[in-house]
Amino acid sequence: MTDVRRRLVPYFLLGPGIIWLILFFAVPMYFMARLSLESGTLETGFQFDWSWSNYSDSLSLYGSQLVKSFIYAGAATLIALVISYPLAYAIAFRAGRWKNALLLIVVAPFFTTYLIRTIAWETILSDQSPALDVLRALGLVSNDGRLLATAGAVIAGLTYNFLPFMVLPIYASLERIDTALIEAAKDLYASSRAAFLRVTLPLSAPGVVAGTLLTFIPAAGDYVNAFFLGSTNNKMIGNTIQSLYLSQRDYPAAAALSFVLMALIMIAVVIYIRFAGSEALMGEEAKRA
Amino acid sequence: MRAWKWLREHAVNIYAALAIVYLLIPIAVIIWFSFNDPTGKFNFTWVGFTLDHWQSAFSLPDLNDALRTSLGLAALATLVSTALGTMIALALVRYQFFGRRTSNFLIVIPMATPEVVMGASLLSMFLIYGITPGFQTLLIAHIMFCISFVVVTVRSRLIGFDRSLEEAAQDLGATPLVTFWKVTLPLIMPAIVAASLLAFALSIDDFVVSNFNSGTTVTFPLFIFGAAQRGIPVEVYVIATLLFMATIVAMVFTVWQQRRATRLAAMRPEQEATEAFAGTPAFPPAPGAAGG
Repeated sequence: MTDVRRRLVPYFLLGPGIIWLILFFAVPMYFMARLSLESGTLETGFQFDWSWSNYSDSLSLYGSQLVKSFIYAGAATLIALVISYPLAYAIAFRAGRWKNALLLIVVAPFFTTYLIRTIAWETILSDQSPALDVLRALGLVSNDGRLLATAGAVIAGLTYNFLPFMVLPIYASLERIDTALIEAAKDLYASSRAAFLRVTLPLSAPGVVAGTLLTFIPAAGDYVNAFFLGSTNNKMIGNTIQSLYLSQRDYPAAAALSFVLMALIMIAVVIYIRFAGSEALMGEEAKRA
Repeated sequence: MRAWKWLREHAVNIYAALAIVYLLIPIAVIIWFSFNDPTGKFNFTWVGFTLDHWQSAFSLPDLNDALRTSLGLAALATLVSTALGTMIALALVRYQFFGRRTSNFLIVIPMATPEVVMGASLLSMFLIYGITPGFQTLLIAHIMFCISFVVVTVRSRLIGFDRSLEEAAQDLGATPLVTFWKVTLPLIMPAIVAASLLAFALSIDDFVVSNFNSGTTVTFPLFIFGAAQRGIPVEVYVIATLLFMATIVAMVFTVWQQRRATRLAAMRPEQEATEAFAGTPAFPPAPGAAGG
């Protein structure tokens, strides 16, 4: 009796949360899959008839937007990596007792409302902004050039808004490195550069892989940055899904497009993990679990 | 030459300092523009300093309603998702059972799903069932996307957990339930607090999923989005500043609490040393699967 009870304990603990995730994450996915194969309009009603044409139609109509979203998200991820790695490195190895305080400063901006942060960038990049005057004076932007409503602005917004997802995993993996290993490399006459390239960098790879994924995925589906910082030419796939769902109410097309987006992200992630090695991402976790 | 050497040695630090400045610029802009006195409806250019909007921060009824909705929603979502998530984390770390891999997958996958897709799929389901979106659907959605983050946060703490304290309690005759309340829970409390803060922040900040599943209910981010076209009232900047300061206080508090927890934990090795000295036989390491 007690043995049976003991064996049931994990299911009691797991049950409520997992049921919640099944009911409100997995089941909705099924309904969306169904919806993506229906045809009809809001007026006539939608019927399920395996209309795969929703997929081909959405791909041909919005293919270029998909490509654009992935380019923007990829660029933002790359820039975020370039900004985050040295920052995380400095906090992990150079900050001493200021470590926690600096970490706090890095994360704090992301506890202001997401929309407000984006609107702050809209202010900074706007046509009346002093920043634009400086860039114009330096000749980096032509006199009638703009910062707002450009692809650059959207990428800048994406970079900024998802930065903590890059900094924190990299920091966590750098923090975990046993500094004795780096000292050992130096004792064995490795230059600082060699010690970094052959010890620190490979050991921090899991953080880099996790960080790039955590930045890329939300960035690829984002529509807030393109909405506030881009022009009509900079619309991302998220903007289209949102307007198909909420204003045009073409649910089947929107559902099909959502699945295409998710499938493409999954493919990108799988290729990336193959390339980077799943050990790099799941290493520590997999061994422990 | 000497300047060059100094520069090379400190390049990383200088770079990091610049990155931090970059991170803080938008926050500075928000705080700065909360004192602005714009002439038109749009708060985009600096006109002049005023404290008016700080004094009238809570004088817009629509904004107040949106804030109240957001706070209530975040509180409820935090409460439920922290409880459910902590239970899942306990099950995953402490037990071996059938369906463990599937559960792990089900927890990771929502974090890897773009928010638009998550919001759209939930709306699809509500539409098919003929459920009118509103506060309840928002609450369902927020709990759903918070759970995974709570699990991940609490699990990381549980993995490094010293089980000998629990065994000691049980050797002294504590029932499993008493052991959990008196030993386990206090020890993982910092992680639970951190997880609930994260859940609260995620919920109060959520725009995308909420935009799909709100119906006519307006949360704080949805209010901002709606106002963006007409011009955002300066009061929003004031409230954003206040929220920012509140989170700083909350975070400083958790860091301080965690420090205290580590300091308390640091006192243990000495005790172990004295035990060993007294010849107490060491406990055999507990097998991972042994449940409490």
